[in-house]
Amino acid sequence: MDETNIQYNTTEKLQAFFKENMAVLTSDDPPHLAQLRKQAYAHFIEHGFPHTRLEKWRNTDLSQILDHDFNFPLKPTVLDVDIDDVFRCEVPDFNTRLIPQMNGWFMGTGEEMANGVIISSMAEAIKKYPELIEKHFGYYADIKDENLTALNTAFFRDGVFIYVPDNIRVEQPMQMVDLVNSGTTIFIQVRNLIVLGKNSSLSLVQCDDSIDNNIGFNNTVTEVYMDENSTLDHYKLQNKNNESALTNSTYFHLEKGANLSTSAISLNGGLIRNETQVRLNGSLSHADVLGLYLMDHEQHIDNQVFIDHAAPHCTSNELFKGILDDHASGVFNGHILVRPDAQQTNAYQNNKNILISDKAVIDTKPFLEIYADDVKCSHGATVGQLDEDARFYLQSRGIGHDNAQMLLMYAFAADIVDKIAIPQLRNRIDDLVKKRLRGELSSCEQCVLHCNSKEQKVAFEIDMSRI
Amino acid sequence: MLSIKNLRASIDGKEILKGVNLEVRAGEVHAIMGPNGTGKSTLASVIVGRDIFEVEEGEILFKGKNLIGMPVDERANEGIFLGFQYPVEIPGVSMTNFMRTAINEQRKYRGLDPMPAQEFLNSMEEKKRLLEIHAKLANRSVNEGFSGGEKKKNEIFQMAMLNPELAILDETDSGLDIDALKIVAHGVNTLRRPDNAFIVITHYQRLLEYIVPDFVHVLFDGRIVRSGGKELAFELEDKGYEWIKEAQV
Repeated sequence: MDETNIQYNTTEKLQAFFKENMAVLTSDDPPHLAQLRKQAYAHFIEHGFPHTRLEKWRNTDLSQILDHDFNFPLKPTVLDVDIDDVFRCEVPDFNTRLIPQMNGWFMGTGEEMANGVIISSMAEAIKKYPELIEKHFGYYADIKDENLTALNTAFFRDGVFIYVPDNIRVEQPMQMVDLVNSGTTIFIQVRNLIVLGKNSSLSLVQCDDSIDNNIGFNNTVTEVYMDENSTLDHYKLQNKNNESALTNSTYFHLEKGANLSTSAISLNGGLIRNETQVRLNGSLSHADVLGLYLMDHEQHIDNQVFIDHAAPHCTSNELFKGILDDHASGVFNGHILVRPDAQQTNAYQNNKNILISDKAVIDTKPFLEIYADDVKCSHGATVGQLDEDARFYLQSRGIGHDNAQMLLMYAFAADIVDKIAIPQLRNRIDDLVKKRLRGELSSCEQCVLHCNSKEQKVAFEIDMSRI
Repeated sequence: MLSIKNLRASIDGKEILKGVNLEVRAGEVHAIMGPNGTGKSTLASVIVGRDIFEVEEGEILFKGKNLIGMPVDERANEGIFLGFQYPVEIPGVSMTNFMRTAINEQRKYRGLDPMPAQEFLNSMEEKKRLLEIHAKLANRSVNEGFSGGEKKKNEIFQMAMLNPELAILDETDSGLDIDALKIVAHGVNTLRRPDNAFIVITHYQRLLEYIVPDFVHVLFDGRIVRSGGKELAFELEDKGYEWIKEAQV
């Protein structure tokens, strides 16, 4: 395969930046991390940014976003906004442990709870919890897998570290909110690590929002380790401005009997790419990987899902649904690998799309790679328009054209929204999806979990509440 | 209430209705009968505004307003209802949500405030009893997983909820067993009032034993070729449609 290194300005700038700031970047690194950073840097410089001649990047072109004069912040941004105010969560009755991040930096206070649960900044965790870091950091996000992961590993400064010890079930959902607000054009590398002990459980909401309209590139890598029989209920909520690029790579590693549910809900964003990799490493582990994307204007969404069935008796279930309007474009690549030992695998994959305008585009590609003989795998992909017969039926009862269309789009999305396990969050997202479909959601004023402006009760012409 | 004059309509260039004339006044029940493929369903579709049909000539007036060119939803808001021959399944839209939206849009069109939730729920319960619908509609998507009979009952349920001035029932009897047919007919008869009207399209005379029409029309080859009282239905039952066809030759 063609691996030509395309030299964007940004690559050269990064190179110079790394050389200049190597001492700062690596100052707190324990030896194994320093080594990893060096390897990652070398790998990134050798291969450069992904480009459209790579199979996995054929339909997602970073060249436009990379053609900017980026700043690479080395320190947290000092802001003249009130952090509490910015991050104030107005989801009714949604009582979460808020973990604020600003431009990737951990903004809150770290915590070591009485039951052993740790919430910390990544930079601090590297110093304070060297055993946990050494055991897990960099083991699931392979720098050779993806150049953006190499880039992140070489350049990251901070992020979030969460540790849940064995047998601890965390009742209160945790909510990471990463806001990008810089005043300048920034390129940030955010690195998170979540470690769940045996028989533990956690609900985690990971939000990416912008609160300004600046051009920004956020390249986040999150590693998640799930030990035996642990449970994770994970949500990614993405509501970015149209000038921003977000590449979000999440690597899940599941040991025996672990149970993962992860949903990527993309409401807005100039360019969003979610790389979701799940390694079912222990038998009887299970993963639900879900996604919903609602894109319009010139927005681009790319979901890359890789499910690695490495052990027998595991199940995986993928469902991604999207609505694309105007000139929006989307990509779905679903790769399921069933390794020779992974007998009795049950893997299901589905991607359904609705194109509202004839200028909207979706590229959907299932890829099943099966080396075991006793497995059940199925996949499906659909691309269509809204059902004209259904619309006529709704209209024949007096529902106007636009509202009938709304109702059908909402019904299509509800399939994913209904699967959200936390009721308050489900209601909130339900509300956001309605607003989004009505064109009433703005990335800055009404981002997912902070509300700068007091929320105004939006009067729907049609009441779609479920009674 | 409804006045159709010399209506000609076609689909894909093929003329289906070849000059239909029909007058329906408030308080009346009209039955339209005829062999398959003579334009009965097309007539229903054209009245409610299905845009796959092209109106070539003629006029349709409803309460004095010209319907031709009026959007589908506006015709519904004016008080026209179609009970579908083949009701559409809409996964993800709950019956409750659907009905509430429809009712409130119709109320808005008439300058009324949305129906209060309690009034709406009471109305739902009352109409469910009328149609002997036992399912919990709040959690069920529109027609999804409904049996043929349930779908038809659901059409009449919607009619009862929306309370139209003119209801057109397109082969509501097809696919119904005798018990369901009685329930549907009872529903329709309960809703008959001096200020509303029904057009019942049917292939068989059976339904008309339960919903007794004031007028019966026979549609053949895109035209109404015979009109009469309810006795015409019995005559058709005896002699079959061949009699009409022969009379046309």
